[in-house]
Amino acid sequence: MEDCEAHRHDLRLKAGMLRLAAVILFSAAMLLVGAPIKALAQSAAPPAETRTIRILLVRESQDRPAPLSLLDIPPGDDGVAGARLAIADNNNTGRFLGQEFRLDIIESAKADELLAEVQARVAAGQHFLVLDVRPQTVLMLADALKTRDVLLFNAGAPDENLREADCRANVLHTSPSRAMLADALAQYLAWKQWRRWFLVLGTRPEDQAFAEAMRRAAKRFGARIVEERTFSTESGSRRTDGGHEQVQQQIPLFTQNAAAHDVVVVADESELFGEYFPFRTWEARPVVGTQGLTATSWHPALEQWGGTQFQNRFRRSANRTMRPLDYDTWLAVRSIGEAATRRRSTAFAEISAHLRSVEFELAGFKGQRLTFRDWNGQLRQPILIATPKLPVSVSPQPGFLHQFSVLDTLGIDRPETKCRL
Amino acid sequence: MRLNSFLSTGALLLFASTADAYTVFVSNEKDNTVSVIDSTSLEVTKTIKVGQRPRGLALARNGEWLLICASDDNVVQVYDARTLDFVKNLPSGPDPELFVLHPKGNPLYIANEDDNIVTVVDIEKGSVVTEIPVGVEPEGMGISPDGTILVNTSETTNMAHFIDTQSNKTVDHVLVDARPRYAEFTPDGSQVWVSSEIGGTVSVIDVKTRKPVGKVSFQINGVNADAIQPVGVQITKDGKTAFVALGPANRVAVVDTATLKVERYLLVGQRVWQLAFTPDEKQLFTTNGTSNDVSIIDVEKLRVTKSVKVGRYPWGVAIAPF
Repeated sequence: MEDCEAHRHDLRLKAGMLRLAAVILFSAAMLLVGAPIKALAQSAAPPAETRTIRILLVRESQDRPAPLSLLDIPPGDDGVAGARLAIADNNNTGRFLGQEFRLDIIESAKADELLAEVQARVAAGQHFLVLDVRPQTVLMLADALKTRDVLLFNAGAPDENLREADCRANVLHTSPSRAMLADALAQYLAWKQWRRWFLVLGTRPEDQAFAEAMRRAAKRFGARIVEERTFSTESGSRRTDGGHEQVQQQIPLFTQNAAAHDVVVVADESELFGEYFPFRTWEARPVVGTQGLTATSWHPALEQWGGTQFQNRFRRSANRTMRPLDYDTWLAVRSIGEAATRRRSTAFAEISAHLRSVEFELAGFKGQRLTFRDWNGQLRQPILIATPKLPVSVSPQPGFLHQFSVLDTLGIDRPETKCRL
Repeated sequence: MRLNSFLSTGALLLFASTADAYTVFVSNEKDNTVSVIDSTSLEVTKTIKVGQRPRGLALARNGEWLLICASDDNVVQVYDARTLDFVKNLPSGPDPELFVLHPKGNPLYIANEDDNIVTVVDIEKGSVVTEIPVGVEPEGMGISPDGTILVNTSETTNMAHFIDTQSNKTVDHVLVDARPRYAEFTPDGSQVWVSSEIGGTVSVIDVKTRKPVGKVSFQINGVNADAIQPVGVQITKDGKTAFVALGPANRVAVVDTATLKVERYLLVGQRVWQLAFTPDEKQLFTTNGTSNDVSIIDVEKLRVTKSVKVGRYPWGVAIAPF
């Protein structure tokens, strides 16, 4: 575990206020990393030869606006801690099979720097990349490495185009797509019979993308968007001395005189205004979408399906709760480990073939096996519907059926896909 | 009148055919209680308050002691199985989930789900004998009829760990399908059956060679493969038939141990996890977590005869010989 850090290649260049805070948190977390897994010291004689599989986590630091809530500032090791736990989990099985897993990390704000570093490492024998980068960087890396024995796992970008028109044969996706998240939420709203939606979206491209996913989901699951408004007010500085006085006025006014609706759907991926909506709307209506009731791949309070032990192990190793990005990187690193275990091999060709075979299945604390869609490399997974404190439900909802897997009621299905691998 | 007397004779005969009455204990994970069911009347006679998050149950001292994994209290509780009085707490290590008693009656082997160890406890002295490190999230526990080999399954490492009970050391590790939940030896001790919840299979492992010799797969019309999640396994004393609880498939599979083929699927309550035979093997009780009930299977006729409402999220089941 500790030696992951030794391999950490810090290309971090630019540090804004948020970054700096994050780095401090991260460093503090590092000091507190314990020994998460007891050594299986007294087991049978280890296999004669140990072979190493190196996994490279590629992080693109992005200047994101600070979220509204102090509680939502991402920790510096967001995603890193998940990958690290998966390495420990892989090694726990690997030690019986003569397999050792190691994590290397590179990070930069400049995509071309990341590319250069990745290429150097691939030339030196790196095969597995886990990406927490912008969507365009996913494509840049995938295209640059397409002739090499390299498999990329997109753990950070929910963008639909990466799974559709711009899909790449050397990329698997462990993060859910926006359509999967929107469909999961829409199924729950359908189950609740909250069918009239008042959509409020931000002006950033990702807000538009989320809104589009919700529009598609509405059509798919029998809901109606009765009103759409764009929230274009500059959010301004995150905190001021005072502030609630004006917000308390602003949101009721903004939501006044909307067509009759059951829920307000906010599309604010950057967390710039959505948190202002619950309890402040003109009508007494629940807020869902990117804030309020949300759809997510992971929740820090999920305790079903062995989740408690998973959460505890994460907390012991990272000294904080697990976030969706941690779960998505955990899935990527565990997928590699699972394939290596099943094929009893550390060879790239074997692992890659197993990941794409019908035999592949991953246990991910979601109550059922997780598999990759063969038409676009997207991991099928149940999606949690949650408030900030607790999971509320898990989609797919009962009653939404599918001829192959009910998980394929979430996201773009085989007959609709534009992906041609 | 004639009809009446006929009916009462019939009732008497029915009563006579299940002459032995047993006491069935069911842990209710969400309620922190244990339901006590009379195996003849099939009614809940009592519900007792126990420790937090009760899961695995077992009987010790020839059935006189009821042992309860109180997972969130990090202890194993001992109750008098006849009077239902609390006797004592046993140390268990953190988060005990399932356990198995040595065939001689002592010690107790406990899977500590949150700590990657198996804790060995002397139930008479109430002391920890030793701890055995195993894989991540140990759960299933099976012991050979002669008590020499203990098998523990680890849910995230996906292995059956073979432990020599003389040395209390792991001697072998056998890879099985994803998320192994339960280990059960055949009565002759030649095989151990390990269920894989996410993998959807039961692996049959030869105990001498520690090699998998077969695998049971399940297929149910109208049920998605994802919902077929084997957990509890019980094998009849003659070694011929295995019963496998299939979780959210809401069925118990009846498996011919010679061919490893499923003979029948019995529809029970929702999310069926654990199983227990009555000592005469005429009945099999199943815990159905999501529907808050237990189903009772007539083992000879392979028919579900009744369901009995218990507390919330019934988990473990054990049956005393009185």
